[in-house]
Amino acid sequence: MKSLILSTAARLLMPLMLLFSIFVFTRGHNAPGGGFIGGLVAASAVSLYVVAYNVAAARRLLIMQPHTAIAVGLLIAAGSGILALLRGKPLMTGLWLNPNAAGGSAGIGTPLLFDIGVFLVVFGVTVLIVFTLAED
Amino acid sequence: MLVVAVLSGFALAIAAPWLVRLTRGVTGWILALLPFTLALYFSSVVPQIAAGETIGVSYPWVPSLGVNLSLLLDGLSLLFVLLITGIGSVVLVFSGGYLRGHPQLGSFYAYILMFMASMLGLVLADDVLTMFVFWELTSISSYLLIGFKHQEQASRTAALQALLVTSMGGLSLLAGALLLTQVGGAGRISELVHRAAAVHADPLYLPILLLIVGGAFTKSAQFPFQFWLPSAMQAPTPVSAYLHSATMVKAGVYLLARLSPVLGGTDTWFYLLGTVGAITMLMGAYLSLRHTDLKLILAYSTVSVLGLLTMLLGLGTDEAIRAAVTYLLAHALYKGALFLAAGTVDHEAGTRDVSMLRGLRRAMPLTAAAAGIAALSMAGLPPFAGFLGKELLYEAALHTEFRTIWTGAAVLASVFLVAAALIAGVRPFFGRVMEAKQKVHEGPVSLWIGPLLLAILGATVGLLGGVAGQNLLSPAASAIGNRPLQVEGALFHGFTFTLGLSALTLVAGVALFAKGRAVTWLGHLTSSLEQFGPQRGYFKLIDGLNSLARRQTLIFQSGYLRFYVLATMAATLGLVAYPLFASVGVRWPVSFAGLRLYELGLAVLILVAAFGAVQARSMLASVTALGAVGFSVALVFVLFGAPDVAMTQFSVETLIVILFVLVVHRLPHYSVSSSRAVKIRDAVLCTSLGALMTILVLAAAAVPLDPVVSRYYASNSVPGGHGHNIVNVILVDFRALDTLGEITVLAVAAVGVYALLRLRLSAKEEPE
Repeated sequence: MKSLILSTAARLLMPLMLLFSIFVFTRGHNAPGGGFIGGLVAASAVSLYVVAYNVAAARRLLIMQPHTAIAVGLLIAAGSGILALLRGKPLMTGLWLNPNAAGGSAGIGTPLLFDIGVFLVVFGVTVLIVFTLAED
Repeated sequence: MLVVAVLSGFALAIAAPWLVRLTRGVTGWILALLPFTLALYFSSVVPQIAAGETIGVSYPWVPSLGVNLSLLLDGLSLLFVLLITGIGSVVLVFSGGYLRGHPQLGSFYAYILMFMASMLGLVLADDVLTMFVFWELTSISSYLLIGFKHQEQASRTAALQALLVTSMGGLSLLAGALLLTQVGGAGRISELVHRAAAVHADPLYLPILLLIVGGAFTKSAQFPFQFWLPSAMQAPTPVSAYLHSATMVKAGVYLLARLSPVLGGTDTWFYLLGTVGAITMLMGAYLSLRHTDLKLILAYSTVSVLGLLTMLLGLGTDEAIRAAVTYLLAHALYKGALFLAAGTVDHEAGTRDVSMLRGLRRAMPLTAAAAGIAALSMAGLPPFAGFLGKELLYEAALHTEFRTIWTGAAVLASVFLVAAALIAGVRPFFGRVMEAKQKVHEGPVSLWIGPLLLAILGATVGLLGGVAGQNLLSPAASAIGNRPLQVEGALFHGFTFTLGLSALTLVAGVALFAKGRAVTWLGHLTSSLEQFGPQRGYFKLIDGLNSLARRQTLIFQSGYLRFYVLATMAATLGLVAYPLFASVGVRWPVSFAGLRLYELGLAVLILVAAFGAVQARSMLASVTALGAVGFSVALVFVLFGAPDVAMTQFSVETLIVILFVLVVHRLPHYSVSSSRAVKIRDAVLCTSLGALMTILVLAAAAVPLDPVVSRYYASNSVPGGHGHNIVNVILVDFRALDTLGEITVLAVAAVGVYALLRLRLSAKEEPE
């Protein structure tokens, strides 16, 4: 069953939601938000597309398939912790390039990398489940 | 250098599969360069160690627990290290020829190098916990190697058996090692040695001894754990030669030798090790004659020698320690050679049955020479190393308390071993040429060079006993005894009583070999006893465990989601309610002052939506109502200052509704199928749980929170985590390890969901 209103809305809403998810993600270190929520919002965007169109269409849209996202996310998250080991510090010690970034924006460092990993895993897991359920 | 020696093996193990692809055919020779280089290095420090020095390094590993990565090279370690690297080189070369063209040759090399590195770590470790780690690594790599032919059920069973028995022993060793560190007040064995008196006097001495000995006995296949070793002969022959004769099974003996200055010298030690060792020695020697499979004969004779070494360590006199190190060296050399020769014979003649193998001498002269020399050493004929070992063994047995028992057992076992040596190492090569299924010829150089080298080395050690004794055996003996001990290594001591015993042993052994029937007859007598043996006990135990698991799974795993939910809720109710009412106590603390109207409205909304979800006449309506509950709860978070949680809740609720909608259309048509009684039961349970949660929250709110944790986070969030959002800083920085764990769980759950749904879908697609 196709709904013209839904599919048009989805096409307009999806980029907005994805942008919003990135926004939520990047502000996360200093204001409410973060990788977990960001991942969920992004997954909602894809889910909306799935409901409006179908899984195959949504899959074509994704650069990275959900199971890849899970694997890459886990690797990034674990890898960001291991970076500290290479510097002779305990596992998962935060390392920063610019710890005191101006204007309250988040600095760039391993916690950010870690959060990217969280984002990808949460996104991947949710989308994978949605895809699997919606696929027949 | 010691660390490099241990770690290089692991590194090469990782690279081995690629090397196999790059250098087909000659990989074994290339890989053997590593142990060979290590052997050269360790040989170069022999004079230093023989002069009484030790080489040691120590790095902090888990400083908070006082665990150090401490490695120490002394006389005893050096003897083992040389055996491991020397025989390791030989075995790697041999494997290249033996498993030529095997599709999983890369993994094989990786496993065996991993094993070698673990074994080096084990004998070099000075810290008991470091030692335990390497001990377990040897068990794991041994499991992989025994099960290398994993397509065969027998291999898998044998591998699992070896793993279960040795890792059970490993746990016992861990417990013993921890107690020992507590009692002795040090983790390093070289320090513990000085506190032997305190350890002996401690009431925990007996438990420590039993636990550690439990580890050693399982690893070294002592009675009643001996059964896993013959089963492990399912492994490819190079593995049997390396792990199950020369190195790994000696790890238990090594452990006993290493700890004998700490734990030894007591009556318990003497009787326990002496008796178990003697029983194992006799039983192994006898059983080696009951078999016709070349490898099984060698396996049981290995069990016998391991028992012999345990017995000698138990006796613990100067002579016994000398005998133990000498016998150990001799055995490693001749048994390695014999096993490899057995592999070559199997490879070329296509069978390992000694009742069929005859006259291979002409076809494979070099292998025959290797096996023959090794067998003569095993039989204890002068001038081979085995003769030295046996002389010292008799000497030790004669000069200990209850000498009749020890000497009698030693002579009897040696007689059996002489016969076994002749059966396994001599008879297959002599006599009329057998009718073979295939044309028998000598193997390639990689197959005969190893056994021949080892056999010649065994003869050299015998002839140059003085040199080996002074440089290798004396330092090793001194390390075991913790006192200077000289091993003479002279072949001839004059016409003594022990020489007479040796001669008697040889004559009796040859006679037994000639009258092979007598053994068979004896075998029929005892074969009925075997069904009560430990092997059977092991299988009974495993079967029992499996059936217990099956039965309890049938009870708990009904397969109905509603029962799982029901059980979880009921259990939670019981487990939370009891302590809550019994110890915490409940107050009704609430004054409704300050309650705002919109808060009340929200509460009413939640209640109405929840009621609607229960009463709904269609699945979709129910899901929608549940969504309303969820969003209202998210509003509560917004109102009480938890925007992060609220945002997450909103997203989760949205997605849950979507998921529900996707699921709903797969479910059967909505109908009320529960009976009235079931409905009442569910209602009572759910209401109780809801009430309990309410009480719990109220009780929790009544307890004043110690703000130390939240204050720490609040004050460290910006300086330490460079973020103003404390929740997020906790998630990605302070407690990032927890988060890592959680996302891993998420990923695993997703894989589970995916697999389950795919399984159902594909089952549906294939009509039955």
